[in-house]
Amino acid sequence: MSAPSDRKYLKTHEWHKLENGLVTIGVTQFAADELTDITYVDLPKIGAKVAAGKAFGVIESVKATSDLMCGIDGEVAEINKALSDHPELVNSDPFNAGWMIRVRPASPAQLDGLLSADAYAKQLAH
Amino acid sequence: MNRTCLHDLHQSAGARMIDFGGWHMPVVYTGIIDEHRHTRSAASLFDVSHMGRLEFHGPDAEALLQSACTRNVARLAVGRCGYSHVCNERGGVRDDVIVSRYADHWLMVCNASNREKIVAHLGELMRGMNVRLVDRTLDTAMIAVQGPRAWDTLRHLPLGITADPAAIRRYAFVGGSTLGVEYGLFRTGYTGEDGFEIVVPAAVGPTVWNYLLASEQRGGPAVRPAGLGARDTLRLEAGMPLYGHELGEEIDSISSGCGWCVDLNKDFVGAAALRRVATDGPKRKLVGLNIEGKRIARQGTAVLHGSTQVGEVTSGTLSPTLDRVIAMAYVDAAHAAEGTALAVDLRGEPAAAVVGPLVFYKRAG
Repeated sequence: MSAPSDRKYLKTHEWHKLENGLVTIGVTQFAADELTDITYVDLPKIGAKVAAGKAFGVIESVKATSDLMCGIDGEVAEINKALSDHPELVNSDPFNAGWMIRVRPASPAQLDGLLSADAYAKQLAH
Repeated sequence: MNRTCLHDLHQSAGARMIDFGGWHMPVVYTGIIDEHRHTRSAASLFDVSHMGRLEFHGPDAEALLQSACTRNVARLAVGRCGYSHVCNERGGVRDDVIVSRYADHWLMVCNASNREKIVAHLGELMRGMNVRLVDRTLDTAMIAVQGPRAWDTLRHLPLGITADPAAIRRYAFVGGSTLGVEYGLFRTGYTGEDGFEIVVPAAVGPTVWNYLLASEQRGGPAVRPAGLGARDTLRLEAGMPLYGHELGEEIDSISSGCGWCVDLNKDFVGAAALRRVATDGPKRKLVGLNIEGKRIARQGTAVLHGSTQVGEVTSGTLSPTLDRVIAMAYVDAAHAAEGTALAVDLRGEPAAAVVGPLVFYKRAG
């Protein structure tokens, strides 16, 4: 299972990508495949605070409901509005069009503590 | 873990596999919603070989099944199948099964996860009786072909098996042997669609599976494999109970809404307890819930009337056919009438839920 090396990961399958001072967060292909057809993504409002180790939202599929975990502290700057009508984007393109939120990080250095793509992929192999 | 004779075909087709009742089974091939919709519009194949297939031979086979089953199986004609429960002494459901009557023996199809329990229970009941139980689960395959075009797949059937749907009523079957291959073809299913389930020796299971999949090449319908995920959403739309969700040892047959398969005029394990439930009326009932919003109420979700819990969800999903959230739930009898406005507690947030019929989808015709 490939994981792009341009971003960092949580072992709970959320990816975090730093771009132009904002951190975009979504879930990995592995998570999307495990959940099967995604039917609903509950995201925070713009301006909401998020925190490392805390849930920022909920993702639901035909089979299961799961928390979406955040790896950094910060404030929500953008949300992917397309997901409210097209949650299936998370299945079809989890690393790009299926992104969920953009966070203005309190401290971008927090990303260094997250898993690299290699470390994440190794964990999947176990 | 057990594997069906079709296991390697599922894996090479790219199915995601899970442990289901001790079997390594496909849960999804391409997508649950895709597979669901294909079943409703054309025809799908389901590997149901994991389900138990128990044969009963001997002069006391009918008496044994009468004592184990809630249904009056003596009334089944040769060539007919009947849905039944097998209960414990409290009227709780040990398993839900389909019993089929052959000219010289009987077949019981039970849930994979309950097979050992049922074999042990019937083994106890048959002490002193002249009956022989033969477990055919491992040496046969069972394939469900479901959907409005299911019967069209039977043209030029493999191995010369022929069957005319006009000659097989719902819950009837034909059995036979062709080229030395013994088969049974049952007009049954678990999707709310018309279709059939075919039992053949495990050795020819993969041949039959591939042949049915290639139906389109012979001018038949496009047939695709479907996994346990779609099987679950299909049966839920059709209002069919699933053991471990709507049915269990602590839920009696009458409260489960399956009183129609219980004959209280005969004796069977659990009859006395069920007669009491019938006299007093069930305290809770299985109902359908139509839920507002897009969030799914899962098994165990509390059902509320005001701030009081009056029930619990047993199964829920986003209906791919209706595109809205549906659920089944046990609700106190006082709040179980159709049209009652209730709510479900979705992780602390209530969502409006209205009691409706247990069947959410009925096929046309």
